[in-house]
Amino acid sequence: MPITLEKIPGQEEKVILSMGPQHPATHGVLRLVLELEGETVVRALYDIGYLHTGFEKSFEKLTYHQDITLTDRMDYLAPLSNNLGFCLAVEKLIGLEIPPRAQWIRVLLTELTRIQSHLVWLGSHAIDLGAMSMFLYCFREREEILHIFEMVSGQRMMTSFFRVGGLALEPPPGWLKRVEKVVQQLPARIEEYETLLTKNPIWLRRTVGIGKISAEDAVALSLSGPSLRASGVKWDIRKSEPYSSYEKFDFEIPTRPDGDVYARYMVRVEEMRQSLRIVRQAMEGLPEGPVRAKAPHFVLPEREEMKTSIEALIYHFKIVTEGFCPPVGEVYQTIESPRGELGFYMVSDGSPRPFRCHVRAPSFANMQTLPKVIVGHMIADVVAVIASLDPILGEVDR
Amino acid sequence: MPTQPESNSILEKLREFNSAAVEDTQLFRGEVTIHIPPHHLRRVCEFLRDTPELSLKYLSDLTAIDRYPNEPRFEVVYHLHSLESFQRLRLKVRLPGDDPKVESVVTVWPGANAFEREVFDLFGIRFEGHPYLRRILMPEDWEGHPLRKDYPTEGFR
Repeated sequence: MPITLEKIPGQEEKVILSMGPQHPATHGVLRLVLELEGETVVRALYDIGYLHTGFEKSFEKLTYHQDITLTDRMDYLAPLSNNLGFCLAVEKLIGLEIPPRAQWIRVLLTELTRIQSHLVWLGSHAIDLGAMSMFLYCFREREEILHIFEMVSGQRMMTSFFRVGGLALEPPPGWLKRVEKVVQQLPARIEEYETLLTKNPIWLRRTVGIGKISAEDAVALSLSGPSLRASGVKWDIRKSEPYSSYEKFDFEIPTRPDGDVYARYMVRVEEMRQSLRIVRQAMEGLPEGPVRAKAPHFVLPEREEMKTSIEALIYHFKIVTEGFCPPVGEVYQTIESPRGELGFYMVSDGSPRPFRCHVRAPSFANMQTLPKVIVGHMIADVVAVIASLDPILGEVDR
Repeated sequence: MPTQPESNSILEKLREFNSAAVEDTQLFRGEVTIHIPPHHLRRVCEFLRDTPELSLKYLSDLTAIDRYPNEPRFEVVYHLHSLESFQRLRLKVRLPGDDPKVESVVTVWPGANAFEREVFDLFGIRFEGHPYLRRILMPEDWEGHPLRKDYPTEGFR
């Protein structure tokens, strides 16, 4: 029996519309149950779970090292953010120090991920509201960034590039040239998007005043990320609890007071510019040095070292076959993913597999806002609100 | 290994409020965990949210751990956050394996709604007073709770 809205006794029957799960504007397989009066939504309910793949159960079956590949597949638009969250959690559990070069490359790549994710969001948000050309422009720029990921990790999307203790590899020579190209190109392109949308009267009529949520309600509903900042709450985990040396970078937290779809649009566009600032700083000040921590019990040795040292070979064999054993304990590590607070709650019992690994997925929590804010709006606005919350269903269902 | 936190403003405040509400405390990697008896949970949560110096108004995360075959089998874990002082706190409630249930905190943080449904779905822990306690990720007619440790990953059905 699929989830539906129960009838309120004593009230006359209204039209119940099931929107999704196969619906292009639901950004995946999200199903909404809407009670309508004419074209206006009176009550709403969301139904998720269509992409549930049991990642959290799989985490318990695989070693820490193997788990990294699972994290990519949750938020498939921000694989590197998920890698980072997972690795930071395990590193915190072990108490591992990461070399500065690895930290800076992590920052650089996760900021590119944020830009890339926001580009997909902007393109699909615009196409949902009928601005077809935006989609093509955004995907053109996104492809440039995916090329960098491919060059660095060998994969466009499922990168698994961050490892416990640092990076999988030293990026190939010449990769910074490509980053520089993107950094030079993108500001003008973002201007271009803004000329198409920011003052466009159709865009304004479709977004201003739609899907409003106040700061108090947003905090009570555990909303996070750009959606929360669009309601005027100045909270960014990169500033409040800096990880991976974010405290050394200079950037602003864009906020808007209005809390509507337009505000969420403005915040994300500004965030892309701020991310570019961080990328530029990371590129200019990139320190030299190793990209992996020296911790033979936990971190894979260098290839070259394995050819000459028997200890390195043994450690490599042990980590690959058995996995490494963090101490008994539990940590909760959060990062600012493109969608909000991404948390990894990791419980270790001293074995090579996590005893429990829970993912606090930002989209899962943000989804709760949706049925609250679409009440009183038209069906067409529901589409705008879904896109403005930027849910990734792979992450919602895990 | 987890140790005892030396001095912590939240812990002191909580002991002042109700000394019976603090069952056990732990400190690991700078993170404070407080164990709370299940029947004190909601009042403690309201206290933590409403006390101006603490103002843990943001529920970051809510989940559970299955310690099968040990008793008490389940632990429900609450991660709280303050958007003013950026403090974090972890609350834990221990529950028995036989008919595990605990008060819902949806009245304290409306955002707990989906998280509690997820825990109910995947662990089979009942949240009393939850407005809409139904499965959220698994199909409605699913049998069993997949994240329990005695639920097999293969060879089932």
